[in-house]
Amino acid sequence: MIAEIGQYVLIAAFVIAAVQSVVPLWGAARGDIGLMAVGGRAAIAQAAALLIAFAALTHGFVTSDFSLAVVFQNSHSLKPMLYKVSGVWGNHEGSMLLWVLVLALFSAAVAIFGRNLPPTLKARVLAIQAMIGVAFLAFIIFTSNPFARLSPAPPDGTGLNPLLQDPGLAFHPPLLYLGYVGFSMAFSFAIAALIEGRVDAAWGRWVRPWTLAAWTFLTGGIALGSWWAYYELGWGGWWFWDPVENASFIPWLFGTALLHSSIVVEKRDALKSWTILLAILTFSMSLLGTFLVRSGILTSVHAFATDPERGVFILAILAVAIGGALTLFAVRAPGMKGGGLFAPASREGALVANNMLLTVAAATVLLGTLYPLILEALSGGQTRVSVGPPFFNATFGPIMVPLVLLVAVGPLLAWKRGNLGAAAHKLIPAAIAAVATIVATFLAVPDGPALAPFAMGLAAWLGVGTLAEWSSRIRLFSSPPADALRRLSGLPRAASGMTLAHLGLAVMIVGITGSSAWRAELVTTLVPGETAEGAGYAVTLQAVTEGRGPNYSFERGTLLIPEDGAPVTTLITERRFFPVANQTTTEAGIHTTLLADLYGVIGERGRTPETANAWTVRFFVNPLVPWIWMGALLMSLGGLLSLSDRRHRVGAPRRAAGAATHTAPAAAE
Amino acid sequence: MKRKHRRLLVVAVSLGLLGAAAGLILNAVEDSLVFFYTPTDLAERATPPENRFRLGGLVEEGSVRTEGATTHFVVTDLNQAVPASYTGVLPDLFREGQGVVAEGTLGPDGRFTAREVLAKHDETYMPKEVADALRESGQWRDGDAAR
Repeated sequence: MIAEIGQYVLIAAFVIAAVQSVVPLWGAARGDIGLMAVGGRAAIAQAAALLIAFAALTHGFVTSDFSLAVVFQNSHSLKPMLYKVSGVWGNHEGSMLLWVLVLALFSAAVAIFGRNLPPTLKARVLAIQAMIGVAFLAFIIFTSNPFARLSPAPPDGTGLNPLLQDPGLAFHPPLLYLGYVGFSMAFSFAIAALIEGRVDAAWGRWVRPWTLAAWTFLTGGIALGSWWAYYELGWGGWWFWDPVENASFIPWLFGTALLHSSIVVEKRDALKSWTILLAILTFSMSLLGTFLVRSGILTSVHAFATDPERGVFILAILAVAIGGALTLFAVRAPGMKGGGLFAPASREGALVANNMLLTVAAATVLLGTLYPLILEALSGGQTRVSVGPPFFNATFGPIMVPLVLLVAVGPLLAWKRGNLGAAAHKLIPAAIAAVATIVATFLAVPDGPALAPFAMGLAAWLGVGTLAEWSSRIRLFSSPPADALRRLSGLPRAASGMTLAHLGLAVMIVGITGSSAWRAELVTTLVPGETAEGAGYAVTLQAVTEGRGPNYSFERGTLLIPEDGAPVTTLITERRFFPVANQTTTEAGIHTTLLADLYGVIGERGRTPETANAWTVRFFVNPLVPWIWMGALLMSLGGLLSLSDRRHRVGAPRRAAGAATHTAPAAAE
Repeated sequence: MKRKHRRLLVVAVSLGLLGAAAGLILNAVEDSLVFFYTPTDLAERATPPENRFRLGGLVEEGSVRTEGATTHFVVTDLNQAVPASYTGVLPDLFREGQGVVAEGTLGPDGRFTAREVLAKHDETYMPKEVADALRESGQWRDGDAAR
C-alpha cells in the first residue's frame, strides 16, 4: 500500500515538474506575475511529493518489504538498521530517486529563500531546474522504477553488497549528490541569465552561495568516499584515478574554478561570459559523471552491476542539456559586455590564471577518463586500453605546481592593479619556509623520490604564504595584540573561509606527498605467533580468532607491532564473510598517528594442508595519510564558514540602476 | 593596459598552457596506456607484448594454488589459457570460476606476473572487457550475469 503511494506521488512529481518547467517561463516572457508565482509553489509541491516517495521507499527498506524488487535485491531482514536505511540509496533505483529529491530540494530552497530575487529570474531558474527534474523523473519512471513489485513476494532478500555496509559509505552518496546536484543551481542561474540577456554583480552574488554550498558538500563527499576506499578495500591506497572517482573529481575541479570566477563577477563585474560557460560546464560534468557511473561503460575498480541500456537514456539527457545550453550560450554570450579593466598583476589576473590552470587540469583528467572510450569507438571495439595513475600523475601533477604557487600570491594582490613588489615582500617568510622544508625533508629522508622534498616545500610555501596574508590582514605583527584581536573578530567570514580552505589545500598536499612518496609495504604469510620484519617494523601475528557479527562471520587477526620506546601497537583486522551475498570483505586495522598510519590486513588462509594454519599478512606504513583527511576537513570547514557570511544572504540583492522591471513584490528589505 | 592587449595576453597565456598540457598528455600517453588482452588475443599475437598490460578472463576452476604469499592461477577465456601469479593479498572477490582482470607483464616463459589484480565490488559483476571477450569467443550467453 505504502509503496503504491510512493509510486503515485512519484508520477505526481513528474507532472508537477512538467508544469513547473513551462508555466513560469511563459509567465516570465509575458511579464505575468501570477504565472511566474506558479514556479515557486510547484517547486515546493514537487519537493514535498518526492520527500513522500523517498519516505515510502525508506519504509519499504526499514520494514523489509520484499515484495518490492529493489528491497529484495538490496536488503535482507538480518541486516542492521543503519544499513537498511542506507540501502535505500545503495542501489541504482534508490540512488536516482535521491538524485531527483536533492534536485527538488534545491529548487524548493530557491522558492523559499529566493524572495529577494527578481521574479523573472526566479521563475526562469525554477523552470530550468524543473526541466532537469522532468528528464530524470522520466528516466526513473520509465527505466528504473524503485516501486516495481515482485509477485509472489520472496521470503527474504539477497542483501546489500557487503562492501557498502559501512558507516562511511552510508553517508557518502547523499553528500556527493548534494554537491553534484547542487551545481544544477549554478547551471539554472546561468541559463536563466542567458535567457534574460543580463549578468551583473547582483547575479554573481546570488550564484556564489549556491556554488559554495555545492562545492562544500562535494569536497566532503569525495573525501568520505576516499576515506572509505582507504580503510574498507584493504589496498592501503586512498585514490586510484579510477573512472568513477574521476567522475566526481572533474566537477569538483570545474566547480572550484567557478567558485573563484563568480567572485570576480560579484566584485568586479568582469569575466561574465566565462563564468556562465563555467557554470554550464560544471553541471555538464556532473551529468557526465552520473552517466559514467550509472552506465557502467567504463571498467572501474569501483564498478557495480549496471545496465548499459539505462546509459543511453542518460546520454540523451546529457546531449540535450549540454547541447542546448551551449547553443544558447553561443547565441547570447557575445552580447555580454564585461566591465572592469584590470592589470595582469591583480586579484582578477590571479583568479583568471587560477581558472585557466584548473580548467586545463580538469580537461586532462577528462581526456584520460574518456580516452579508453574514444579509442574503443574509433577502433570498432578492437583496441581496449585503460589509462592508469601514471598518466594522471604525469599530467595533473605538473599543472598543479604553478597553481599552488599562485594560490599563495593571489590573495595578496589588490583588485584591479596589484603591487607585486609588496606581495613579494610579504611572501619572504613563505619562501624561507619552503627552502627550509626542502632541505629538512631531503636530510630526513635522503633516499626517497627526488621530487618529494620539493612537493613538501610547495606545501610549506602555500601554508606559510596563506598565514602571512591572514596575519597582514589583521596586522598581527604591526599593531598591538588587542588591536589585532579586534581586527580578527571583524574579519569577514568569507575571508577566514578562504584562509582555512587554502590552508586545507597545503595540509592535503603534505598528506598526498607523504603517502605517495614514502610508503613502505610488507607482504608475507604468517602462522599465529610468528614474526616477520619489513617496512622498518617487526610484525607479529599474535592470533586469529573466529566469531560472528550481526549478519556475517569473521576471522579476526591481531597484529602486534613493537616500536622503540613506545607501548606495543595492536592492529585488529577482520575478514568478514557475508553468507547471504556469499562475499568476503576486509576491515583494515589502522593505527593513526600524526606522522603515519600503520595499516595491516589479513588475507586468505592457506589452501594446502601444510599452509592451512598460515594467513597472508599485508602491512603498510602510510606516512602522513591523516593529513589528507585533515586537509579535506579544513577545506569543507572553510566552505561552511564562508557560507555563514551574512553578506551572502543579505545586501546587494536589489539590482543596480535600470532594474525598474524588477520591483520584487516580496522583496526582503 | 588596454582591453585589446589584455585579451591578447589572456589568449597567449591560454594557448601556452594548452600547448604545455598537450605536451604533457602526449608524453604521458606514450608510456602509460595499458592495453587489454584476452588469452586468445595473446595466442594470436606474433610477438608478445613487452609493456604492462591487462589480462582478462575467468580464473580457471581448480587452478589456484598458493606458495607463501604468492598465488598461482590460470586465466582462461575458455579458448586459450595463460598461467599467472600474484604476490600479495588478493581482492576478496578473487575466486575460481569468477571473472578477473589482472595488470602486469608477460615473462619470456609465457607466464604472466600480475602486479595488480582488480577487485570488483559485486560478485554478480562481470568486467565489461571479460564479458566482451567471452562473447567473442562464443562462450558467453547474454543473461549469464545475474543482472
